[in-house]
Amino acid sequence: MTVHSGGAPGYAARRTLPLRVEIVRQFKRRRTLVMFGLLLALPWILVIAFQLGPQNTGQQNALRLSDLATQSGLNFAAFALSVSASFLLVVAVALFCGDTVASEASWSSLRYLLAAPVPRDRLLRQKLVVALGYSAAAVICLPVMALVAGTLVFGWNDIQVPGTGETIPAFDVLPRFGIVIGYALVSQLTVAALAFLLSTVTDSPLGAVGGAVGLVIVSTILQAVEALGSLREFLPTFWNTAWMDALAPTLDWGGMTKGAAVSVSYAAILIAVAFRRFRRRDVVS
Amino acid sequence: MKRAAALVAALAVLAAAVWLVWPSAPAVRGQEQRIAVVDGPGDDQRVELDTTYFPPAGEGRAPAVLLAHGFGGSKDSVRAQAVRLARQGYAVLTWSARGFGRSTGQIALNSPDYEVKDVEQLIDWLAKRPEVRLDAAGDPRVGIAGGSYGGAIALMTAAHDARVDAIVPMITWSDLSEALFPNGVFKKMWAGLFFSRGAPAAGAEGLRALTAPPRPLSAEEARCGRFLPAVCEMYQRVAATGRPTPEAVEMLRASSPVTVAGRIKAPTLLIQGQRDSLFTLAQADANAKAIAAAGTPVEVMWFDGGHDGGNGEVDWLDERLLDWFDRHLRAAAGPGTAVVSPGTGTAGRGTTETGSAGTGTAGTGSAETGSVGTGSPGTVQGFTITRDGGRDPGTRQRIRLHPGTDRYPGLTGTAATPIQLAGPDQNVANPPGGNPASISAVPGIGGLLGGGGAQGGNPGVSLDMPGQSAVFESAPLAEPLQLTGTATVKIRVRAPGEATLFAKLYDVADAVTPPTLPAGLVTPVRVPAGAGEVTVTLPAVDHRFAAGHRLRLALTTTDMGYATPAEPAGYVVGLAAPTLTVPTVPELAAPPSGPVWWTWALPLAAVAVAALVLATGRRTAAPSGRSVKGDRTSPNAAGTNGTGTHGTGANTAGPNGAGPNGAGPNGAGPNGAGLNGAGANGAAAPGAGGAEVPLEIAGLTKAYRNGEKAVDGLSFRVEKGQVLGLLGPNGAGKTTTMRMMMGLIHPDAGQIRIFGDPVTPGAPVLSRLGSFVEGPGFLPHLSGRDNLTLYWQATGRPPQDAHMAEALEIAGLGSALERAVRTYSQGMRQRLAIAQAMLGLPDLLVLDEPTNGLDPPQIREMREVLKRYARDGRTVIVSSHLLAEVEQTCSHVVVMHRGRLVSAGPVSDLLDTARHNGHGPRLEDVFLDLIGDKS
Repeated sequence: MTVHSGGAPGYAARRTLPLRVEIVRQFKRRRTLVMFGLLLALPWILVIAFQLGPQNTGQQNALRLSDLATQSGLNFAAFALSVSASFLLVVAVALFCGDTVASEASWSSLRYLLAAPVPRDRLLRQKLVVALGYSAAAVICLPVMALVAGTLVFGWNDIQVPGTGETIPAFDVLPRFGIVIGYALVSQLTVAALAFLLSTVTDSPLGAVGGAVGLVIVSTILQAVEALGSLREFLPTFWNTAWMDALAPTLDWGGMTKGAAVSVSYAAILIAVAFRRFRRRDVVS
Repeated sequence: MKRAAALVAALAVLAAAVWLVWPSAPAVRGQEQRIAVVDGPGDDQRVELDTTYFPPAGEGRAPAVLLAHGFGGSKDSVRAQAVRLARQGYAVLTWSARGFGRSTGQIALNSPDYEVKDVEQLIDWLAKRPEVRLDAAGDPRVGIAGGSYGGAIALMTAAHDARVDAIVPMITWSDLSEALFPNGVFKKMWAGLFFSRGAPAAGAEGLRALTAPPRPLSAEEARCGRFLPAVCEMYQRVAATGRPTPEAVEMLRASSPVTVAGRIKAPTLLIQGQRDSLFTLAQADANAKAIAAAGTPVEVMWFDGGHDGGNGEVDWLDERLLDWFDRHLRAAAGPGTAVVSPGTGTAGRGTTETGSAGTGTAGTGSAETGSVGTGSPGTVQGFTITRDGGRDPGTRQRIRLHPGTDRYPGLTGTAATPIQLAGPDQNVANPPGGNPASISAVPGIGGLLGGGGAQGGNPGVSLDMPGQSAVFESAPLAEPLQLTGTATVKIRVRAPGEATLFAKLYDVADAVTPPTLPAGLVTPVRVPAGAGEVTVTLPAVDHRFAAGHRLRLALTTTDMGYATPAEPAGYVVGLAAPTLTVPTVPELAAPPSGPVWWTWALPLAAVAVAALVLATGRRTAAPSGRSVKGDRTSPNAAGTNGTGTHGTGANTAGPNGAGPNGAGPNGAGPNGAGLNGAGANGAAAPGAGGAEVPLEIAGLTKAYRNGEKAVDGLSFRVEKGQVLGLLGPNGAGKTTTMRMMMGLIHPDAGQIRIFGDPVTPGAPVLSRLGSFVEGPGFLPHLSGRDNLTLYWQATGRPPQDAHMAEALEIAGLGSALERAVRTYSQGMRQRLAIAQAMLGLPDLLVLDEPTNGLDPPQIREMREVLKRYARDGRTVIVSSHLLAEVEQTCSHVVVMHRGRLVSAGPVSDLLDTARHNGHGPRLEDVFLDLIGDKS
């Protein structure tokens, strides 16, 4: 390609669409605010639900996560994460990543950004970074708020492990909790990447979000088919609950390693396809 | 998307096809035979054995495997396993032992005089089969496998018949008298169940057995079932008293491998269950030591199963069994020697089996680390154990780990951890009649109660009756303790006479959770009168005591499974020494086998694929170069547009000649000759006018998906200071052309240069282009001002270059500027969009139908704005289908129709031409005329 300095004075491709600008562009959207509001309110709704529900009076030998939720703030946060990771967080991540390019296309603002010009790769990169950032914030804010709410209401006690009922000191668990959140983030990468890919090929934000959520639903259904055997290990949702290992008395990395490997692999390919398609695409929206 | 759908469909069809033609496992058909054998001490008893022979799948002579069934079963109990083995290429013979199923004869408890002789004759029979591989005439290559009763016959036959080349005895006994009378205490429930399974045949099988009327039995049948009378007598005598008689011990030991194990030369894989209160791990230990003492290769496996339940691990056992036979029957060596080259299989024994998937990593079990030849007599070589591996993170199901060592550590471990127990001497009572009795493993239903899970999951139910047990407890463990083998402790008992006690070692988690009795096992202890101190060997188990848990030694006077003295008695039980010796095998500490290979391979491969996807997807910079070449040669570019359409005159004074740049290098080109239309094309040649020409389009072509051309060989150029009208009816290709100018659409052929730079997506030169195409595009939730500010920030250019005030003035939105754009009217958005296009005062402004939606005063104002804009040396391109608009605003005009250039030149020239042709002085007429020509 002929290298012309070509541009207007002061123009440099690497300065286009700064992250700060994209963050502001996305933040003021009602969709963003509603989603964060929901994620921050959910722990309190759960708290109220636990408070209103019939109290467990008898000392029952119950070791399910939901029975342990009121034992401590940490238990409550683990419970909140377990009930929301399989769907609510998926929707949140799919929303942030699936909407980002498609909504620009539907508003027609995409073509003006591209003609600004924001180079296509850069536009995708900046949008991906910001979308992942919002997704991460969503995944983080729920358990953190649950931890705050649970600690305020149920106290700061040692965590009780579901299944065996063993207790681990609360301060030992806190770093583990970081691992849990980190893994929850990584395990959502596939959804994020698929939503992002769909976002670059469709002009309908809902289509992109729905497509990614649909994948999760199909994968969850396939996961229940025992006949698939070890093939299921490569389903994008198969390892989604592996973060529970981080709360076991002995930390087991095996499942989380596999889950992270699968998730990262899917994400890498899907994002590469997204870039490839977007580069070659004729923007007609 | 269509292509993607087609690809998915193709893949689905392919997958279905593969599924259909995938070779299914070879069909295996069993051949029912009745084989007559002769046995008995005098070789005079004729018995017919009911057998099924499964010829091997595949060609040629194959090794044979005899599959024996357990007590109470028949040849049909092992049919599934036989089919699996036959599929793997073994000739498999199953049979109902004498006294079972449809075979005749009576049960003699694997006696060398009876059952062993039967099996030897089955081996003779196998030697005559044409499919069976022979080591010598009459000596087939044969292995024997079986569980429980079948395991014992494997051991007994191997001891008596040197033709046997490998055996896999499972959950079986070494010494039947010790198994039924451990330490001399009668295991009454198990013994009763064991012998009741030799009951007379019901005559019908399956469900019919329940509905068919029972066949009348003779007195002898009712008393002894199908047992040999001698065996029956013996059982009845000992069961009545609960005391072993010397004759009984002699008879039971005659049926026990321990007496003949030294003669076994066939490599032996002993598989024993960790949940087995009938044939404990100690039985396998005795067998292993006795066989290995003779120098025969032996390996030991403890799996999650046994007579009390557990998982059973069918797949894992099958895999190991097959592996054993593959090594010792398929290898080329002669009978009995079965040398395997050392170092086969480098993978360690530590393999992980995902419970759900049942994929014991195939092949890894085959690591025989010491070569068979080198093992010195007396050492048992391999040891593999099944341990709980927690839950599978994906399925949340239990997984089992299979750590192993190269050397069987026996029951005393390779290391010992002393644990201090504490507790005073305690009074315990033996209740009269031994009732109520404490409960540990309950034969037969153990699988229902405690067999569901391994350690920690579903603890074995265990109940100690009050007043009957003495309890000694350790302090909470500082760190986890993995007991592997038999713990020992010395106790002191004061009793009026002989005392019977049952020793158990509990795992106590906390004050709330009921203590766990590992595998539900107890050891009976008979303390002779006046003995005082005895060393108690606790049951052999593999159990992990978690940190913080306590070990609790309990000594009870009763156990439901055993016969206890009926006389009431009181004892005082205390610790003779406070130390409980706990054997451990640190070598087994489950090898954290490192991450599975694909956890690093998969992401690497994915990244490689991703890189490939990106690399091949990169649009080369070629379109420019390529299309330029195409233009030069294409007749289309050369002729049609310019010269072909309308003679010459009209366009002579084309922009090239007239424009301020005309004097430039362009003038020297073919353009200078006055052929304007052609000139545009010609100028495309090297675009010599380069950086000064705001817009230059050459041979531009773009086809819709359906092949219809939206823009077809379009060529024209725009000079500085012009206000160019791009005129054409709807569908003429104006908007498509403008999109290509903005780098939004990739041209199929041809090139656009802006200020000399070819337009590609994101080309920096686009920053000198302001555009408004096909309506405004704003973020509806932001205010007009925010939209413009953020847009300018997105261009990354300095804020002072924006000339925001001027742009806002053009928009003329007033206070509405602070409202969200979604509240704007169409006209307001339109003006804001034009203001956005003018941000930074671009050198080239491209507006698509800018006056749409504006009211007349605004239209007029807009005209002035555009003219003024161009007057400052900038260039404006306005597309429109409104002729009046173009006429009043533009200095030059390019007329398009159906994607092609129809005419180009100054508006005045066009009007002149029209007048010349006899039309009125209206652009409309010219336009219609031009179009009429084409259509």
